[in-house]
Amino acid sequence: MSKNVKNGLIWAFVGVMLAFMYIPIIILIVFSFTDAKALGVWEGFSFELYRDLFTNASILGAFKNSMILALVSALLATALGTTAAIGIFHMRKWKKSAANFVANITMENAEIVTGVTFMMFFLALRLPYGWVTLIIAHTMITTPYVILSVTPKLSQLNPNLYEAGLDLGASPMRSMFTVIIPQLIPGMISGFVMAFALSLDDFIVSKFVNGSVETIPVYLYNALAKRGADPTLRALSSLLFVVILAILVALNVVSAKRRKKT
Amino acid sequence: MATITREKFDNIIEIKNVTKVFDGITAVDNVNLAVRRGEFVTLLGPSGCGKTTLLRMIAGFEMPTSGSIFLEKQDVTTVPPHLRPINTVFQKYALFPHLNVFKNIAFGLKLKRIPTGELDKKGRPIYRKFTKDEIAEKVERVLKLVNLEAYGHRGITGLSGGQQQRVAIARAIVCEPKVLLLDEPLGALDLKMRKEMQSELAAMHKNIGITFIYVTHDQEEALTMSDKVVVMTDGAVQQYGTPKKIYDEPANAFVADFIGESNILSGVMKKDFLVEFCGTEFKCMDKGFGKDEKVDLVVRPEDIAINAKSGALKGEVVSTVFKGTYYEMEIMTGDYQFTVQNTVEFTPGQTVWLSVEPDGIHIMKKLKTVNEYVGEIISENTVRLCGGDFEFMPGETVYERGDEVKVKIPFDKIELTDDETDGVIGANVTQTLYKGSYYQVQVYTDDDNDFFIDTVDEWDIGDRVGIRIDPKDLTVEKTANEGGAVADTVADTEVWDGE
Repeated sequence: MSKNVKNGLIWAFVGVMLAFMYIPIIILIVFSFTDAKALGVWEGFSFELYRDLFTNASILGAFKNSMILALVSALLATALGTTAAIGIFHMRKWKKSAANFVANITMENAEIVTGVTFMMFFLALRLPYGWVTLIIAHTMITTPYVILSVTPKLSQLNPNLYEAGLDLGASPMRSMFTVIIPQLIPGMISGFVMAFALSLDDFIVSKFVNGSVETIPVYLYNALAKRGADPTLRALSSLLFVVILAILVALNVVSAKRRKKT
Repeated sequence: MATITREKFDNIIEIKNVTKVFDGITAVDNVNLAVRRGEFVTLLGPSGCGKTTLLRMIAGFEMPTSGSIFLEKQDVTTVPPHLRPINTVFQKYALFPHLNVFKNIAFGLKLKRIPTGELDKKGRPIYRKFTKDEIAEKVERVLKLVNLEAYGHRGITGLSGGQQQRVAIARAIVCEPKVLLLDEPLGALDLKMRKEMQSELAAMHKNIGITFIYVTHDQEEALTMSDKVVVMTDGAVQQYGTPKKIYDEPANAFVADFIGESNILSGVMKKDFLVEFCGTEFKCMDKGFGKDEKVDLVVRPEDIAINAKSGALKGEVVSTVFKGTYYEMEIMTGDYQFTVQNTVEFTPGQTVWLSVEPDGIHIMKKLKTVNEYVGEIISENTVRLCGGDFEFMPGETVYERGDEVKVKIPFDKIELTDDETDGVIGANVTQTLYKGSYYQVQVYTDDDNDFFIDTVDEWDIGDRVGIRIDPKDLTVEKTANEGGAVADTVADTEVWDGE
């Protein structure tokens, strides 16, 4: 087989794959700019669906809920994940591997299993589903990502940095906050952003523990189930897709820039 | 005046019986050391000898497993590092990358509390922080001291290695510590920079009058910079003295080998001021040894005279290398290859005569020629020691199974095998020392015991070997005190100690 043919086949394969992945999304986005009832009918360009979106009280409520939830759980996950990363980093031998393994379980576990587990766990605790359960669940599923983004920063540190702080008269706590934490901030920020994005688009776990609180993905699902394909949902899905995409792209650009600098 | 003199010479740091064990491995082994106020003391030794661990215990980063550390007569063994008036210059500087030069240096000052001179209602002194102006003034002064006057606003990452080192030194001395610890501070610099910093550090020590404790594995650095040198190996202090004393009168073969080029031989003291080695008698300056006592001796390459016509030892030039101001030649005599330095070159193959003046020979006591262990009788002709069962020749004394006994094996009666499985127990070679006609090899068994072996074969450090002993060379004796001595299986930890 000539090299050209081989290359051509590879590109064709990649093209088909990408088409399958992205054409539905592109169609959705394109048709979010027309206010036809059914998907696939073009009735002229319009922002009508987006206007509906921003005037629909329940959508705005869900949006507010999603934002608060993402912000609170990402902040908690950042604090928890950074502390855990520092702790795990200073463990030795088998303890380290064990801690890393345990920390990664929620990441590797099927989300549906995590969701069911949380549901039963909160039930056993008699904790009513709602804000508290949502925040706990989201913090737990996003913390491993913070650990993952903080750990590399720790291994880049000069091993004597913390001791240098102590040596100059800082208490252990002070040395941690004034010497070590400032070095970890880039990792903490990318961990925070990742946790924020993950919380924003989580549906499965949220659906199990949300109680009466509707987040955007949960609202989307409920609306589809109740009323069928409401045209506004096209705009909502498109917006959600673009926002998450923007966060991920920004994260990649920033970390690429930082890599170049060092 | 008298008080000043006493203060100048009192001990600022005292280390008493300090031992540090990590995961069953002894890093520092019962070290005793006193450092006088204002001195420049260097801890010198090969990597893994425990010098950095000792320094970290003085700083407070590690706690001794046993023993105590005193600072100005106060026991500081358990005082955490941030409360000790001691500062450290780290091996890789450990500057704070998020702060500029000025803020790095000001870090310690901002945390410092100084007495105002006033007392509160309960009669306790009142402390205050340094003011902004005081901090700025102190930082500027110390920046001047390390020749970085205009660098205050600079970031850390843009600085060269030498500049970072200066900032690290400035950051430590600006706190006016009672003792400044330096952990191989010049290790990361290139040769030229290192030489410059060496003289700068020595000058700085003179100017500011702070006690320096300096860690290095570079013997030249240690000899040129320090008032006193502590030579360490295997976690123990081998010798403590002035650089000159350590060079001229090494306490034992290890120190002699580690400090400078040297020829280390075995000899026999015939009588006071007369020693025999290489089959020839030499006059020497040492006395007080027993008649025909076996000794180690060191002859420095520059102390050997070389002559084409006559001398004490006949030899043949093996090789010659030009070293800038002199030639370094290897000369093979009957049973020892001498390293000789001379300004005159002799060509390889040439027959020459060597001679040594009495003051060129330094005699060192051989403390031990026999390995001694505590073992346990397994059967009438087997004894268990160091994790292996060795056979021995039963004598008149009859031992019961389980009896604790003392086992002695001479250095030259132990056989090392290439294949670990050919020996009764396995061990790692940790040190080898050329002693003229043979090598003295130290091996370390898996159960934490040392064996010394005199052998004609050369072994490399790190080699895995087997240990085999002929049953007739194993001397088994009753232990003096029944039981109790099991932990102390090695009776010979002092083998390298000179005096």
